[in-house]
Amino acid sequence: MSILVIAEHDNNELKVATLNTVAAAKEIGGDIDILVAGMDCETVADSASQIPGVGNVLLANKETYKNSLAENIGNLIVELSEGYSHIMAPATTNGKNFMPRVAAKLDISQISDISAVISNDTFERPIYAGNCIATVQSTDTIKAITVRTTGFDACESSGGSASINSIDNDTNAGVSSFVKEEIAESDRPELTAAEVVISGGRGMQNGDNFSLLNGIADKLGAAIGASRAAVDSGFVPNDMQVGQTGKIVAPDLYIAVGISGAIQHLAGMKDSKVIVAINKDEEAPIFSVADYGLVADLFEALPELEAKL
Amino acid sequence: MKILVPVKRVVDYNVKVRAKSDESGPDLSNAKMAINPFCEIAIEEAVRIKEAGNADEVIAVSVGDSSSQEQLRTCLALGADRAILVETEESVEPLGVAKALKEVVSKESPDLIILGKQAIDGDANQTGQMLAAMLDLPQGTFASEVEIQDGIVQVTREIDGGLQTLSLTMPAIITTDLRLNEPRYASLPNIMKAKKKPLETLSSSDLGLDLSPRQNTLKVAPPPERAAGIMVEDIEQLVDKLKNEAKVIT
Repeated sequence: MSILVIAEHDNNELKVATLNTVAAAKEIGGDIDILVAGMDCETVADSASQIPGVGNVLLANKETYKNSLAENIGNLIVELSEGYSHIMAPATTNGKNFMPRVAAKLDISQISDISAVISNDTFERPIYAGNCIATVQSTDTIKAITVRTTGFDACESSGGSASINSIDNDTNAGVSSFVKEEIAESDRPELTAAEVVISGGRGMQNGDNFSLLNGIADKLGAAIGASRAAVDSGFVPNDMQVGQTGKIVAPDLYIAVGISGAIQHLAGMKDSKVIVAINKDEEAPIFSVADYGLVADLFEALPELEAKL
Repeated sequence: MKILVPVKRVVDYNVKVRAKSDESGPDLSNAKMAINPFCEIAIEEAVRIKEAGNADEVIAVSVGDSSSQEQLRTCLALGADRAILVETEESVEPLGVAKALKEVVSKESPDLIILGKQAIDGDANQTGQMLAAMLDLPQGTFASEVEIQDGIVQVTREIDGGLQTLSLTMPAIITTDLRLNEPRYASLPNIMKAKKKPLETLSSSDLGLDLSPRQNTLKVAPPPERAAGIMVEDIEQLVDKLKNEAKVIT
C-alpha cells in the first residue's frame, strides 16, 4: 500500500484538514507521501515533513499551482499517480474541486467523503444527508478518496522527519485563471476546526440579530454558523452554512439557536459531542438530537446566556 | 450559444430516507421523487442566460430510467427548449454518468454546461468535475455568480471561508451552489407547452458505453443513534449542566 495525501493549505500554513486526512491514511496503512502544490509554500512543506509517519513530501512550487486551480492541480496529481494505491484529499471545497478530475482522468470511481475505514478497499460514507451510512467496496486498482474530516481525529503534527523532494512538473492547462478572492477576515476560529460552534437559524429573524451571538462566541472562543434557512433568507453569507450542502462540523459543543432542525441541517452537526438547542417551539425536531434542550424566546435567552458565562 | 443542463431525478428533499431493515439499501418505496434541487438551480441559470439574450438554446439531459422523463418535462416547463434522456435501467455511478454525458456533449457541442454541485441522494459531488476532466474543459464549481462576456465566463465560487472568482475560457463547465439564483415555479401554460417540446431518448447501449458500477455497496445502515437528551428549565440550569455534567465549558 502506498498512499498519496494532498495537503490542504493557503501557501502559508498547513491546514488541520490535512492531519485528519493523514489519520485516515494511517488507518488504511502503508507508506504515506504528501503532495504540497502551491507557490512560495516551503513553510507548508516544512510543516508537512514534521507529521510522524510521512515518508516523503513532494513539493510542487510553481505559479501554476498558486491558486489551486482544479485543472492544473488535477493534471499534476494524475502525472504523479503511478505507483500509488490510494490518492486522498480532505473533503474541503478545494479537495471536492480537483479530486473528481483526477478520478475521471484515471478512469476510476471516486469514493467521496469517507467517514470510516473498514479495510484498504472498503469504506463507510454518509448518503441521503447522513440518514444512511453506506459501506462501499471499491474494485478500482487505485482508490481516489475524499475524507470527511470530522470522521477522523487529527494525527500528531510534529515529531516526524520526512524528506522534502522538489518536483518540477508544470501542468498548466491554460484554460482558467484566478481573478480574485474575498476571504472573510475573522478573529474567530474556522467553523470546521472550532471546538465550540454557535449557530443561528430562521428564528434569528434578520442578519442584524446575529450580533446577539457575538458576545457568547467571544466568551466561548466559538465559531458562528447558520442554518440553510438563515442563508436562504439572506441573513448571513453561505460560507457560514452548516449542513448537508454546507460545512460538516463536529465540535465538542454545538449550540443551535432558533434552528428548527431540518434534515439538511442535522446532517452537518449531529456528530457534535454535546448539542444544545434553544428554540421557542417545543415540537422543533432539533430537540430530538439535543443533549440539552431549552424552550425559550431566543431574544431573552441569548443575553441571559451571555451574562451567565 | 447553446447550453446543456444535465439533471437528476432524486428523492424529494423533504423526505427523510431510512435504511431498509435488512440493510440492503435505502428504503425508497413510495417515496416522492423530484428534480435534484441543485439541478433546478442549474436549469434556472441557463434559462436566465437565454432570457438575457446570451444563449439561443437550452437543452436538458438526464441519465436514468424512463421515469426521469418526468423531471425532463419539468425542465421543459421551466424554460428548456428540448430534452434528451440517456436511458439505462441499472443505477449509474457519477463516473458512468459523466461518460454518458460526454457522448451527449460530443453530439451537441454546447458552449456552456451547467450542473448541480451535488445530488442529494448519493451526495457524491463528482459528476461536473469528472465531465470537465474527460472533456479537458475548465470548471467553475459551487458557483454563486456567473457572468458571460466574449467567449469567457467569469464564475464566483463559494469556497471555505469566502468567495473566489475565476475566469474560464468557453466551452466551460459550471456547477451550481445554493445562492446562484432562486428557481421559478412552472406556470400552468408552460407545463402544457412543455408536453409538446421534443424529448429524445437514447439508450446507453446505443452509445456503446460500459456504465457498470466499480463500487459494491455492501450495506446501508442507519447512522448511530444519539442518546436521548434532557430539557432544561432555564439558562441557569443549562449553564450548570454544561459546566458540571457535560464539562464542555469552564
